[in-house]
Amino acid sequence: MSNLPVHAPRVNAETKPFWDGTAEGKLVLPHCNACGFVIWYPRTFCPQCQATDVRWEEASGLGTIYSFSITRKGRGEFREAGTYVLAYVELAEGPRVMTNIVDCDPDALSVGQAVRVVFDDTGQGSALYRFTPA
Amino acid sequence: MSIRGKAAIVGAFEHPLREIPDLTLPQVHAEVARGALADAGLSFSDVDAYFCAGDAPGFGGLSMADYLGLDLKILESTETGGSSYLFHAGHAAALIAAGKCSVALITMAGKPRTGGAGPGGSGGIGGAPEGPWENWWGITVPGAYALAAQRHMYEYGTTSAQLAEIKVAASLHAQHNPNAFLPDPVTVEEVLDSPMVADPLHRLDCCVITDGGGAIVMVNEEIARSIGNGRAVKLLGHGEAVKHSDRGRIDLTYTPARWSGPRAFEEAGVTPADIDYASIYDSFTITVLETIEDLGFCEKGEGGRFVSDGGLVAPHGRLPFNTDGGGLCNNHPGNRGGMTKILEAVRQVRGEAHPAVQVPNCRLALAHGTGGNLATRTGAATLILGSEDA
Repeated sequence: MSNLPVHAPRVNAETKPFWDGTAEGKLVLPHCNACGFVIWYPRTFCPQCQATDVRWEEASGLGTIYSFSITRKGRGEFREAGTYVLAYVELAEGPRVMTNIVDCDPDALSVGQAVRVVFDDTGQGSALYRFTPA
Repeated sequence: MSIRGKAAIVGAFEHPLREIPDLTLPQVHAEVARGALADAGLSFSDVDAYFCAGDAPGFGGLSMADYLGLDLKILESTETGGSSYLFHAGHAAALIAAGKCSVALITMAGKPRTGGAGPGGSGGIGGAPEGPWENWWGITVPGAYALAAQRHMYEYGTTSAQLAEIKVAASLHAQHNPNAFLPDPVTVEEVLDSPMVADPLHRLDCCVITDGGGAIVMVNEEIARSIGNGRAVKLLGHGEAVKHSDRGRIDLTYTPARWSGPRAFEEAGVTPADIDYASIYDSFTITVLETIEDLGFCEKGEGGRFVSDGGLVAPHGRLPFNTDGGGLCNNHPGNRGGMTKILEAVRQVRGEAHPAVQVPNCRLALAHGTGGNLATRTGAATLILGSEDA
C-alpha cells in the first residue's frame, strides 16, 4: 500500500469487470471484439469503431512514464497528502492512463522511465492502480 | 456560407472590480449586461438573443433570461469552461448571418474569491463517465497543466525561463491597467524564484483568481451601421474545436487551437502573419506557449524561442498579446478567461487600449479561448476581429 489517500470508486455494471480485476491484483482492460482496439478509459463502447462488443483481458501491468508532476499542495482528500506525484503512464498495451507514481524518490523520476503497476486496496472489493519504478 | 463581416461587436464591458463581496452572481451578470448595452447605445428591450455558460446560476440561460426580463428568439448556453464565450460569439454571428436574431447579448460572471466556490476548475464533473479514472489521483488544475508543461519540455526542450517570459510580458502590460489584480512588473528570476506549485509550474506561472465578469453585444451589419459611432468591431472569422483524451492516447503537447485556428483564419481570409494583436487564453504560461504554436504563429516546438526576448510585449513585439495584463496578471473572473480575451481584442481594434500598449493601426486582432483542462479534454475557439475597414 502507498501512503496516498485511497478512495473507493463507485462501481457500476459497465465498469465492474475492471474493478473486480483490481481487487485480484490484475489490470484488466476492455478490448474491442470488432476492431481489436484496447479501450481506455474502461467502458463497453469502443471509441475507435463505436462497437459495443468487448472482451476483458489482463494487461501486463508494465508501462513508461509519459509525463509527471510533483504536486506540492493537493485538494480534497489529498489536502494532507504532502508532496505526491501525479502522472500519465503509457501502458505497454497502448493507453495513457492518469495515475500516481508511488514508493519512489520524486526528484529522481524522468519521462520515459519504466514503471509497473501496484494496487492500493480500497477495502470495498476494488483497488486503486498506481505505478512504481520497475 | 460565411459569417465574414455579417456581425459586429458594438458593445463591450468588463467589470472593474476583482473582489465583489456585495453583489450576487445574477447581479454581476446584470451589471456587465447593462454596461455592454450602454456601450452600444442599446437597451435590454433590443436584445433578441442571449448567450451564457455554466457560470450562470440556477437553470442557466432560462434563469438569467427571467431575471433580466429578456424576450428572446434565441437562447444558447454552450458550456466549454473558460472558452465558452468565444464559442458563443461565433454561434451568435452565424445566427445573425442566418437572420435568426439581430441583437445578441453574451454575459459571464464569477465570484471565486467572495462567492465560496474557491479556486479550481470551472466545470462540474459529478456523474461524468471519465470521473473514476481521473478523480482519485489528486489531480489539481495546476498539476494537470504541469503534466502538459513537463511533456512539452521533454519533447521540445522548452525551459521554465521561457515560460516565465510569458508572465513577464503580461506583467509589463498589467502595470498600465489600473484595475489589474497584479499590477507590478516581475522578472524572469522572480517567476523562477516563486514557490513551486506543481513541477514544473511555479506560482507565477498560474493565472490570478478573481471575482468579476464581462459582456459583449453583437448585432447585424445594418444595426452596426445605424449605430455609426466608428467603434464597431467586425467578426471576420470563427473556428472551434474539441480535443479529448483521443481514445485514451492523449497527447499533451498540443491544444485544439491546432484545428480552431486554421478554421478561423480561412473564414477571415487572413493568415497568422496578418494579425496585429492577439488575446491568447492564459490560464497558465504553458497554455499560451502551446496555443501560439498551434495557431501557427511559429512551428510546433518553437514556442519557447518565440516568446523570448520580449516577443509578446506590446506594442512592438513579434506578437503583442494580452495587453490588459491577461489572466496571468489582470483578471481571470470566475476561473474563466474567455470573455476578457474578447474584450481586450475589441479595445485594441477600437484603438482604446492603454496608450502604452496600444498597437499602432491595429486592424486585425485574434482572440482565442481554451476551456476545460489541457490534461484531459478541452474546447477551444478562435475569433478573428477586424476594424470597420478590414
